[in-house]
Amino acid sequence: MAVTTMAGTGWRGRLRWTIEDGATLVGRELSRMRHEPGELVAALVFPAVMVLMFGYVMGSAIKVPGGGDYREYLMPGLFAMVTFSSVMAMTMKVATDASRGVMDRFRSMPMSRMAVPFGQTGADALSGALNLVIMAVMGLLVGWQPHDGPLRALAAFALLALLRYGLSWAGCYLGLVVRNEQTADQMLPLLFPVSMLSNAFVPTEGMPSWLRMIADWNPVSAATAACRQLFGNPGAPSADAAWPVAHPVAATICWSLLLMAVFMPLSIRAYHRKGR
Amino acid sequence: MDEPIVVAEGLHKRFGDVHALRGLDLAISAGKVCGLLGPNGAGKTTAVRILATLADPDAGRARVAGHDVVREADRVRALIGLAGQYAAVDEKLTGRENLRMFGRLHHLSRARARRRADELLERFGLAEAADRVAGTYSGGMRRRLDLMASLLVAPRVLFLDEPTTGLDPRSRGEIWDAVRRLADDGTTVLLTTQYLDEADRLADDIVVIDHGRVIGQGTPDELKATLGNRVDVLLEEPGSSAVAADVLAAMTGTAPHAPSPGRLTSPAPASLRLADVVRELDRADVAVTDVTLRRPSLDEVFLHLTDGTAHDPPAAPDTSAGQDVPADPNGAVRQAVPAGRGVGAGQGGRVGGTARDDEGEVA
Ligand SMILES: Nc1ncnc2c1ncn2[C@@H]1O[C@H](COP(=O)(O)OP(=O)(O)O)[C@@H](O)[C@H]1O
Ligand SMILES: [Mg+2]
Repeated sequence: MAVTTMAGTGWRGRLRWTIEDGATLVGRELSRMRHEPGELVAALVFPAVMVLMFGYVMGSAIKVPGGGDYREYLMPGLFAMVTFSSVMAMTMKVATDASRGVMDRFRSMPMSRMAVPFGQTGADALSGALNLVIMAVMGLLVGWQPHDGPLRALAAFALLALLRYGLSWAGCYLGLVVRNEQTADQMLPLLFPVSMLSNAFVPTEGMPSWLRMIADWNPVSAATAACRQLFGNPGAPSADAAWPVAHPVAATICWSLLLMAVFMPLSIRAYHRKGR
Repeated sequence: MDEPIVVAEGLHKRFGDVHALRGLDLAISAGKVCGLLGPNGAGKTTAVRILATLADPDAGRARVAGHDVVREADRVRALIGLAGQYAAVDEKLTGRENLRMFGRLHHLSRARARRRADELLERFGLAEAADRVAGTYSGGMRRRLDLMASLLVAPRVLFLDEPTTGLDPRSRGEIWDAVRRLADDGTTVLLTTQYLDEADRLADDIVVIDHGRVIGQGTPDELKATLGNRVDVLLEEPGSSAVAADVLAAMTGTAPHAPSPGRLTSPAPASLRLADVVRELDRADVAVTDVTLRRPSLDEVFLHLTDGTAHDPPAAPDTSAGQDVPADPNGAVRQAVPAGRGVGAGQGGRVGGTARDDEGEVA
């Protein structure tokens, strides 16, 4: 016991604990994946259906601005949408831990204060990366491909990972506030229209101006536009597009940093709020 | 180190309008098992959460091994184990993985966490199921896993919040054995329960709480001694109960209470002898199936302490945590223990206003 308390004193010891505890929680995620690899796939059933629905059924009726193949236009949108879905995945995971008492067990242990939120978001980054790989394979199968070289393609994936990390902090916070599996589960469908209200499936040019305004400022739109730009896929924004869509890479980075700046401190505080 | 290892002084906690704790005092000596006994909503969980650093009191102070639970929460956390009202394990991991994870989070080395997990799995009879995902465990297995997770670093003080609520009798017995063994090893245990028999069997000291404050405390024997003896009569013919009641009233000086038709119970003066009761009833031509002179049950002590004030009816047990017995967990206990027979240890049933109904169902 003396040993455990000693190691945590001093900033060096605390940092070591944070990293170790965080790594343990990431390892937890790996074990979960090993037991239920289906969950990774399940998270992608929806985008797969979207590929079929939009790519093959409705795609023929949608005209890509500037011309080009609709499925090539669609894939960046789906990448962004799957990235956005990490909010829901995180909310659900954190709320489940909170309502099942696992979070309380963490809190009652001499763990590093930062480790739980950092570990949980770190674990999500891992599953996010795996999701992207599977999605990319799926895209290649339906005829999508990056056209501007591997470096720019990697940059696009890095950008998606960054945004996902920011979004997972938002999800972490939501889960900590909601603390209830069922409520979290009921909230999830609400997030779907948010990702639809973007340029992921259709160009925003045709929307009423107020709706277009919202859609253009949606982080999903910035990420979609950034991917189209970096992958060299069709659908370049029109000249009168709002700033985030006109400068999508910068906007996506801004969105990610903003999410982290807001939700990191909020999550860490919420994790330590006592008194339920 | 004369100070008790767990001390709470005047704890208050409010949730909006609900005054969950109203000046709770508590002192537990090292190495003892303290039973915190009270009905649903009495404030047991709130008290445990404060002592385990999960909640801060609105007023009052608490120390564990000399460390303030608010200001020195980290120190306290290094010394305690907590098994909450619900099994707090990751249902998507195996039992072994759960224990290794929590061991690592307790900052045991990888090898030590591994060894400790194996030891505990062996000791608590979960070795066979160790590599199955915890989601497939029965309620009792999950509780045991939860208990094991709180024992990874041999805590100085172990908090157990209703460890057997909702379990079948066999699983209860297993948890009881485990707690008794820990107590024998010298671990201080604070155990909350709504079951009188549980407190009676496991606790060295019982603290009875209701509405957020202590309403009685002592060893099980001391608590029972406060009430004197009881005499129970089971009549062959329920029709003769009026006559029998008169006989008993004359002998004990109190009108007996009839928990169910054909059954009479009454406080008994220390001078009352069983043979006299039998003789007097016989003289009045009352045929009896059973006459018992016994010490009061904790249930009766509890009713006495609360002075018969009305209580919230015990809520239906929460079944969200995967329990073995979705119905009233008391039912199983009632079957296992004939009511009114045993002295002390045999009193099944939950504290609170349901004692009479319980007996009625048994008869
Ligand atoms: N988070 C909370 N919000 C509101 N009321 C609460 C909360 N936690 C406990 N209570 C209330 O405080 C009282 C004591 O609860 P609790 O400590 O859980 O009792 P017990 O564990 O003895 O059943 C109850 O009336 C309960 O409804
Ligand atoms: Mg409780």
